Amino acid sequence: MDDLYREVIIEHYKNPSYRGKLVPHDISFADNNPLCGDHIQIDLRVNKDGVVTEAMFDGHGCAISQASADLLMEFVIGKPLGEVKLLNKQDILDMLGIDLGPVRLKCALLSLKVLKAGVYGLGEAGDDLVE
Amino acid sequence: MNSFNVEQIRNDFPILKREARQGVCVIYLDSTATSQKPVQVIEAMNDYYRRSNANIHRGVHTLAEEATTLYEGARERIAKFINAASSREVIYTRNTTESINLVAYSWARANLKAGDLVILTEMEHHSNLVPWHMLQMERGIELDFIPVTEDGLLDLEAYKSLLDRRPKLVSFTHMSNVLGTINPADEIIRLAHDAGAITLVDGAQSVPHLSVDVQALDADFYAFSAHKMCGPTGIGVLYGKSALLDAMPPFLGGGDMIKEVKLRSFRANSLPHKFEAGTPAIAEAVGFGAAVDYLSAIGMERIAAYEHEITEYALDRLEEVPGVKLFGPSADKKGGVAAFTLDGVHPHDVAQILDQDGIAVRAGHHCAQPLHEKFGIPATSRASFYLYNTKDEVDMLVNGIYKVKEMFG
Repeated sequence: MDDLYREVIIEHYKNPSYRGKLVPHDISFADNNPLCGDHIQIDLRVNKDGVVTEAMFDGHGCAISQASADLLMEFVIGKPLGEVKLLNKQDILDMLGIDLGPVRLKCALLSLKVLKAGVYGLGEAGDDLVE
Repeated sequence: MNSFNVEQIRNDFPILKREARQGVCVIYLDSTATSQKPVQVIEAMNDYYRRSNANIHRGVHTLAEEATTLYEGARERIAKFINAASSREVIYTRNTTESINLVAYSWARANLKAGDLVILTEMEHHSNLVPWHMLQMERGIELDFIPVTEDGLLDLEAYKSLLDRRPKLVSFTHMSNVLGTINPADEIIRLAHDAGAITLVDGAQSVPHLSVDVQALDADFYAFSAHKMCGPTGIGVLYGKSALLDAMPPFLGGGDMIKEVKLRSFRANSLPHKFEAGTPAIAEAVGFGAAVDYLSAIGMERIAAYEHEITEYALDRLEEVPGVKLFGPSADKKGGVAAFTLDGVHPHDVAQILDQDGIAVRAGHHCAQPLHEKFGIPATSRASFYLYNTKDEVDMLVNGIYKVKEMFG
C-alpha cells in the first residue's frame, strides 16, 4: 500500500506539472472511466515532423489516474507520434513503478487510452488500445 | 437492544472470520452492494445439490418432486415475508434489474404509447433509469423526475405538480442506495393512485433492511434481489398485483411459461409461471427461502432498530472528522448507508487505503451517476451497515479515514 501511494504518485497528484488545456491544439480527446466516472481530457501540440511539442491533461479522478496522466504527459513530450502509438499498459506501470490489481489498472490506464484514441483519431477510448 | 446478540449473529457468517491479509480481519461495510451469507443459506444450497437436485415441475420422480417442493416452498415463504396476497404474485427473476425490465418490457410496452408520462426520481439507481430511457427511444414516452432536495429527500410538493400531468406510471426507489433516504412509499403510491397512475417500487435496498408489506403499501409492482438480504446472487423477485400480471403479455418465451405449444402458436401458462421461462435458478430459490427464514427468525423490526443504532453512531463519528462531508438526510430518515467525500482525496484512494486495514467500502458513483451530478461530485465513498456490523467496526472505519488524511496530508 505504501508502495501504491509512493511519494511520487502523491506528489504528481497534488502538484501536477501538466494539468490544464492547450488552446490551440493539434489533437484533443476526452473520455471517462465508466466504472468510477473519472474524466480525462488530453490536448497535444505536434510539430510538422510529427513530434509532440506540448502536452496537457485536464479532468478529475483518483491519485492513480491523475498521477499517471501527469507522468504520461511528461513522457510523451519530445516523442514522435509513431512512438506514442506503441505505448502500452506496461509502459504506464513502469512510469508509476507499481503493480496494480484489475480495478485500479483501469484508473492508471485511462490517460493512455484517451491519448491513443486522440492520436489515432478514434471516437472512443477502448480497452484494446492499451493491451 | 432486546436480545439482539450481534456476536451470535456474526458467528453465522463464516466470511467475517477470514482475514483480508495476514493479521487483518475483514471489516465488511459494503452490504448495500451485496450482503454476506449466513451458514444457514450456504448449507441449504449445498444440501439441495447434495440431496435433491433435479429439474422442477413436470418430473414425476422423487428428486423432481422434492426439487419442485423446495422451489415452490421458498416462493410461499418469500410471499409471506412481504405479505403478498398470494404466492402467484411472486415472480422469480434474476435480480431487481430484471424485475424492473420485466415491467418495462411486458406491462409498459402493452400499456404505454408515445407522449405518455413516466415519473421517476433524481435518486434512482441506473436500473430504474435505463429501462425507461430505452422505452423512451423506442416508444417516445416522456420522462420526468421528482427532484431531490439539498438534504437528500424527495420534493413531494414538486411531485404533486408532476402528477397534474397525469402520468401513467410512477417508478421510484423505496430506499436510496447512496443517500440511504427511506422514501415515504405509502404516500407516493397513494398520490400516484389518486392521479390514476400505476406504481413500481425498487425495493432492492428496503426489503433487506425494513419490514415491507406490499399490501399495506398498495404497491402495484415491487422489485427486489436475494443477494442483498443474505441470499445468493442470481435470483430476485418481481411482486405484482395478480390483476395486472394476469393481463400482461409474457416476457421471455420458452419452456415452463407455456400451457400448450403447437408448431405455429402457444398458450401462456398461468401465474407465476407465465413469466418464468426456462430452467430457473433452483438452488438459488432454495437459498432465497433460507435467507427469508433467517431474517424472519431474527425479526425485521429488530434488525431495522439495530441498524438504526449503528447508523446513528456512524454518522455522529464521521461528522466529527474534519474534511468529511456526508450526503443524505439525518439518521432518522435513512437506512444504514453513509456516503461521504473527504476533502482533497478521491474516493477511490480513500477506499484503497481503507482496504489496507481490511475495511471494505465502495467508491464511485454507485450506479447513480445523475444523483452525483446533482450534488456536483463525480464520486463518493460509501460505507453501509447490516445486522452483522458493530460499533467497533465503525470506530475502525473512522481511524482508517484519519490514516488517509495523514497520508494525503
